[in-house]
Amino acid sequence: MQIPIETFRLDNGLLVTLSQDNTAPIVAVNLWYHVGSANERAGRTGFAHLFEHMLFQGSEHVGANEHFEFVQRAGGTLNGSTWLERTNYFETVPSNQLELTLWLEADRMGALLPAMTQKKLDTQRDVVKNERRWSVDNQPYGTWWEKLPALAFPESHPFHHSLIGSMEDLSAASLEDVEQFFRTFYTPDNAVLSIAGDFDSAEARLLVEKYFSVIPRGAGKPELEGMDIAPRFGKRLRQVVEDDVSLPRLYMAFRSPVFGSDGYYAASVTGAILGMRQGSRLYRSLVRERQIAADASAFTFDLAKGSDLLIVDVTARPETSAEKLEEEVEREIDELWKNGATPEEVERVVALIQTDMVTALQSASDRADKISMFATLLGEPALVNEQADKYNAVTAEKVNEFVREYLGPDNRAKLLYVPRAEAAAA
Amino acid sequence: MTIAARPQPGPPRDYHFPKFFKKTLDNGVTVIVAPVSKLPLVSVATVIDATALADEKGKEGTAELTAQGLREGTAERTGVQLTLEFEMLGTSLETGADWDSTIASMTVLKDRLPKAFKIFADVLLSPAFRAEDIERLKAERLAERVQLLDEPRGLADESFSRFLYSEGSRYAAPMSGSSKSVSAITSGDVASFYRRNYAPSATTVILVGDITLEAGVTLVESNLGSWSVDRAATKVTADKTQRAERATELVAKPDAAQSEVRIGHAGIPRTHPDYFRIVVMNAILGGLFSSRINLNLREANGYTYGASSYYDWRRQSGPFVISTAVQSEVTGAAISETLKEIARMRGEEVGQDELTLATSYLEGVFPIRYETTSAIAAALTNMVVFGLPADYFDTYRANIAAVTTRDVLAAAKAHVNPDLLQVVVVGNPELVQEQLVSLANGPLSVREAVEA
Repeated sequence: MQIPIETFRLDNGLLVTLSQDNTAPIVAVNLWYHVGSANERAGRTGFAHLFEHMLFQGSEHVGANEHFEFVQRAGGTLNGSTWLERTNYFETVPSNQLELTLWLEADRMGALLPAMTQKKLDTQRDVVKNERRWSVDNQPYGTWWEKLPALAFPESHPFHHSLIGSMEDLSAASLEDVEQFFRTFYTPDNAVLSIAGDFDSAEARLLVEKYFSVIPRGAGKPELEGMDIAPRFGKRLRQVVEDDVSLPRLYMAFRSPVFGSDGYYAASVTGAILGMRQGSRLYRSLVRERQIAADASAFTFDLAKGSDLLIVDVTARPETSAEKLEEEVEREIDELWKNGATPEEVERVVALIQTDMVTALQSASDRADKISMFATLLGEPALVNEQADKYNAVTAEKVNEFVREYLGPDNRAKLLYVPRAEAAAA
Repeated sequence: MTIAARPQPGPPRDYHFPKFFKKTLDNGVTVIVAPVSKLPLVSVATVIDATALADEKGKEGTAELTAQGLREGTAERTGVQLTLEFEMLGTSLETGADWDSTIASMTVLKDRLPKAFKIFADVLLSPAFRAEDIERLKAERLAERVQLLDEPRGLADESFSRFLYSEGSRYAAPMSGSSKSVSAITSGDVASFYRRNYAPSATTVILVGDITLEAGVTLVESNLGSWSVDRAATKVTADKTQRAERATELVAKPDAAQSEVRIGHAGIPRTHPDYFRIVVMNAILGGLFSSRINLNLREANGYTYGASSYYDWRRQSGPFVISTAVQSEVTGAAISETLKEIARMRGEEVGQDELTLATSYLEGVFPIRYETTSAIAAALTNMVVFGLPADYFDTYRANIAAVTTRDVLAAAKAHVNPDLLQVVVVGNPELVQEQLVSLANGPLSVREAVEA
């Protein structure tokens, strides 16, 4: 299944991709900035994400809250999100509203700072602190988002610190930080603009040039330092967290080959063999057959630099102790590490992934986002069309090569959540 | 430097909801096919009139357990075999029950549909409901119940329904059952629920994707055409009303890092003639990001990451709920601001600008909602469950556009009732209780988070 992709670059460095599909009168506009929590300076954890909030607070020609209002009035949906290596912003609108979204995105890329005020920053700081309470502090196991990367990456590593940020660092963020971050990272040469859906290619190109070519190129961003790390932990890592939870849960992370590399696809398939849907190893063995777990899954973080993480996530049943949970999950991983996976297991996973990939092509927004992802992280938007082949090429031999190399005892970082009451009794 | 003038839109391109065709087979199974041939995919959604309202008293959760039990094996296949056969075809069968239906769905590549549907027919016609599998599902449900007590969002939703609806109402009890009611269910109960509720005349198969009407009908006919059981008309208990005055409940969670707040009352049935007016009214009140409640609580005050309102649409009166999570210290203030917004909504007509923001949003996102075969199948599922007219999707945007500022005010006055508002807060009593006393929204009761 191939999708059409046309790529060009403006003089200011903005990479633009167009993927036309006129079946429905809908168009998706998607911008990836190649900046995430990894780019934050010391003492400013959470800033990349707080900054994402500020991008919805207006710009030179757009009033506070008007960004949301204009898109919704146009009959569109919109949002943004922040991850370790990137921040994205996206709208899906009726196709006659394409120009509006380009105008909005260009205005905040080119002229955000005139609209920034202390009051807006203070309010969004409060909003983000409440987002932290909502998604981390007031959620059972919610702190895994920051504890697992902290365990899996050394303190000096850009992926080590919290993405949502500490309350203290959020309090410290200033308008000067906003200005500096904007000037350094929110430049056309550090972004990818993808448009997918119903448009005329020549017209879209003219509109992109009209709105974005006036924005000057940036001065370049500082290289991330200390990204390169050993491919494996080299030792067992283990942390026990007492929490207000009723059931123990184990997160086990393995360092794994970076997103887009040959090894990545073997890692991704291995994760799915272990934890994708009910036919996966962990689900069948621990949930269905041995009945010691309430749920089990596995996934990759999809990090393109340094090292990716493959993560296994298993929650105990009420009658299973934390100790027993840990022992049983280790046993399953050992079993795979020692004896490998079968071709049938690989076949199951590849069949599921193929359906998922075709399904995802239905949505203009998903298509634009995937193209931006490959363009931003790997420098090649057309890679989106090679994914099916890459997964088809994964054989049991390749999986088992990965498994032998990466699932051994020297590459396991365990984060074990233990109910407070159980911890006290132990 | 950037261009100042906001561009104006060109003329919109036409959009039509996919055409769909309906046919009833001789045995009573209804088939609906919506050919959408963009990609080689087909989504299947099978709707069965087997609902949580048909659960026997004291055995709440039977409908859901039956729906889940379908996936646990047939006369010919074990649960593991079923799972693997579906997954080797690149799909999974999802099954679940809610207040108004049981739904079994899957999305599969076109060339694998015949095989996957054949297995699905085996699931629907000959489920085994083996005792050991049902016992395992029950144990998983009990684990979920234990986890719910730790999880403030789910706990708040459930506590709100329990507080809102009168004791003894089915809506007051969890849809999928409590620890007590699930423990009381046997595999015999599940088999008997299946026999009483699952039947050809109670079943609609919806196929959306790269398939024709003829192919769809042939597929269903050849796999389900031999199904010929009758069922007694299921008796569905009428939902009981909510309490007659305002009241507030604090569910005490001393470790809470913020307050989960739910405010609302019993709403109206999905098929109420005021439906479109209420949809627009709710969008302005709390449905949109740019709604009054969200702009007030989030953008003006920074009390929350987000606040929204919604109608939980059911055949009977599901709840109307305003939902937010706020910093503990401002719990009372956030609720007061919300009550002010409700009063304002009922006090005067909304501005023309606010109205058109909501109506143009709802009209514009209509095609965006139906980009995928599974979303179209879900829309047709709603049509079946609520008995919406066949032209519902074709007239939706005109119905939204026809709503006036006067209609919105009338809908708010008729259907949002401040005298009935129930408030439930899951939060830290030390920080929150005094604030709720001062708020004085009816009598305040405090309870621990414990399993019903």
